[in-house]
Amino acid sequence: MKQFAASPVYKFFLFPIGQIIMFALGSSVGLSLITVLLAYVFKFNVTNFDLVERSLLILPQVVINGLTIGFVYSTIALGYTMVYGVLEFINFAHSEIFMVGGIVGVQLIAYFEHLGILATLNQYLVIALAIILAIIISGSLAVTVERVAYKPLRGAPKLVPLISAIGMSFFLQDAVRLILSLTTGEFNVILPQFGTFDEFLLVALPGMADPLRIQIKSVIIVGIAVLMLVVLNFLVNGTKVGKAIRAVAQDRPSASLMGINVSQIISITFLVGGALGGAAGVLFALKATKLDPFVGFFPGLKAFTSAVLGGIGNLTGALLGGLVLGLLESFAASYLSIFTNGAFGAEYKDIFAFAILIVVLIFRPSGLLGETVGQKA
Amino acid sequence: MKTLFSDLYKKLNTGFWPILIVFAFLVVGSISVYLSPRSLSAFLILITTPLILYFMKINMKIKIFIGLLLIIVILPVLGIRNIFYLEVIFQMAVFAALALGLNIVVGMAGLLDLGYVAFYAVGAYAWAIFGSKQMSLLHSIPGAAPANAPFFLDPRWFWLFIFLGVGLAAFTGILLGLPVLRVKGDYLAIVTLGFGEVVRVLALNLDKPINLTNGPQGITPIQRPPLPPEAVMQVFRNLLTPLVGHPPTDAEFYNVFFYFLALVIIAIAILVATRLEDSRIGRAWTAIREDETAAIAMGIPLVKMKLAAFAAGASFAGAVGALYAANRTFVSPETFSFLQSIGVLTMVILGGLGSIPGVIFGAAAVVLLNIQVLQNFSLYLSELRQSDAVIPIINFAWKNLSNQLDPAKYQKLVFGIILVLMMIFRPSGLIPAERRKRELVEDKE
Repeated sequence: MKQFAASPVYKFFLFPIGQIIMFALGSSVGLSLITVLLAYVFKFNVTNFDLVERSLLILPQVVINGLTIGFVYSTIALGYTMVYGVLEFINFAHSEIFMVGGIVGVQLIAYFEHLGILATLNQYLVIALAIILAIIISGSLAVTVERVAYKPLRGAPKLVPLISAIGMSFFLQDAVRLILSLTTGEFNVILPQFGTFDEFLLVALPGMADPLRIQIKSVIIVGIAVLMLVVLNFLVNGTKVGKAIRAVAQDRPSASLMGINVSQIISITFLVGGALGGAAGVLFALKATKLDPFVGFFPGLKAFTSAVLGGIGNLTGALLGGLVLGLLESFAASYLSIFTNGAFGAEYKDIFAFAILIVVLIFRPSGLLGETVGQKA
Repeated sequence: MKTLFSDLYKKLNTGFWPILIVFAFLVVGSISVYLSPRSLSAFLILITTPLILYFMKINMKIKIFIGLLLIIVILPVLGIRNIFYLEVIFQMAVFAALALGLNIVVGMAGLLDLGYVAFYAVGAYAWAIFGSKQMSLLHSIPGAAPANAPFFLDPRWFWLFIFLGVGLAAFTGILLGLPVLRVKGDYLAIVTLGFGEVVRVLALNLDKPINLTNGPQGITPIQRPPLPPEAVMQVFRNLLTPLVGHPPTDAEFYNVFFYFLALVIIAIAILVATRLEDSRIGRAWTAIREDETAAIAMGIPLVKMKLAAFAAGASFAGAVGALYAANRTFVSPETFSFLQSIGVLTMVILGGLGSIPGVIFGAAAVVLLNIQVLQNFSLYLSELRQSDAVIPIINFAWKNLSNQLDPAKYQKLVFGIILVLMMIFRPSGLIPAERRKRELVEDKE
């Protein structure tokens, strides 16, 4: 048994996947139970329908939506948390790296459509190509941003690189808008309809009258996200580069004394984080279908919230934080209106993340899984 | 290059040169604006006069005299000839006051606040809700309001609401500060950003269950405070008619009125900010900014001082918010977006963190850039678009340039570039704070 625990198959494949499944199941079941409990509590306030029955009716769909968006948040949050790990600063421009990835992916698919080959290509190949292109562009953009806007500021007071990152974020938003609108004036990009992504898989559940409807999109998004998370886990925990990244995150001066090229490792960190962000952008585009240059702001902030929720600097924490936040948001969007009888609705879901962020920072600044980061923060 | 400029600056700043230069700017600027009220360059000459005045070594009394002459006589008179300039200066004053407030939080106390417009929104919505018909429309659906609803308060209540705005915003600042001041640095930045968004989303969605903010349509009309009595107005009208060329209308008087109101607020803001900077509290803020642990060790009550910074900074925004609501007679949630927060931050950074003349200059420069220079660039581009010109090397005809490409809408690009460049090349700003200068000099010895 001990031997098996040390084997690479377990360490880099079974364990992370098991962990992901555990996190996903745990947070869905936990939140569902809380919701049902709340439904029982509020039951007597609302008279015109049975709150419990109605809550249970939409519950599976809410969980699936939450998990889908939760995996996207996790993937973006990893970019934040990796950069925070090595540099201890919030890469504010990460949300724009994410946005660029999404737009590049959609533009590639739109280009295929323009060429007239979109319908003939295998739909999974199209997605794969879009993700690969997004990874390349976003990764190199992240490295460029680091070189231009953050590298000259090493060693400056903490607020200086943060302000520079905010500036970079604003610059990228409008620069992308400028490029997109240079000739046509249109800066919204719309994902062309293709493949069978919008169709539903029907899963019959024992004990329920209607089969569970799962959109193929959701399955693909979750599948790709899990794949990337496993690859990242291998990269960070199983390779020499990963070891160097961890060393730099732990103690930069000592790492540099051990012969690690710190600024190269920082670049690699940005590359990996940017690549994940770019891929997440394509996944997000699959779900949202319409993007504009300002689309990165809210997912970026929520992903940052996820990173903090899980414990910033902690990769597993980012994964858990993303899932929990995605689920919480999905629950809030669906149930707030039902529970308050329509007084408050889904329009508050965007600020829900901030409320969570504030609560987490007050009561547990180190996050769900983080160690104490008192002086870091 | 650098020595050349400083030599020139020194040479020009001795003897009778300074006063000559200031007068030249004042006279040339005034005359050219008077003759061609629509020219941008004429206005730029006039508006740089205060800056030159600030840098030149002139007897303080003469300086104040020239400044007052410019502010009280020349600008209003020229402004009535082209109302747009009064609007520009009004905006400069509004943003300068906001920047001064943010400067207390970010520059003096070192707490990065990315949701500063939330306090501005609090002040603006306070007067907007009570100074309009909104209070009598609480139970009607937005957009379907009865036309004959009465105004809730007399317009003269506005004067009280400026102070109420100060109080409300300061209270909100403390309310936000209490929970979040436990977090530091970049976490604080994100939390305040979140708070700014929360306030905006609330303004956007509080049209139900009761219609408090009228949702995305915003609240209008909001009352303005009444002009002075007719007898006083008649004196001004007689005085101004020969200078302006036509008897000024009430609308034009309102512009002058708000211009002076903004000036009074900015004067008070400058006074408060300078007094605060040199006070015990100001020194405590500097200590916190430089080293929190050392500040605690020196016996500075950390939480109290941070809360004071938040409240003081917020109160500026509250007063300006009420002023803004009355000036526009309209508020909507879009005015209080994240972009606006970053805009104010850009002004503070551009001018110089912690530097009072710096942030005023920063505010003026950014406003000018936004609503004058970029606008003119837009006009120029649209002229190019109508011509047959072609960019030589890449062979791109200007005609093919999209109509949507309007530089005036690319504020984010401008703010972004300013922030990044300032951070890389001159993090202390264009007019650095005196205290920082002193610190730098001490370091050299």
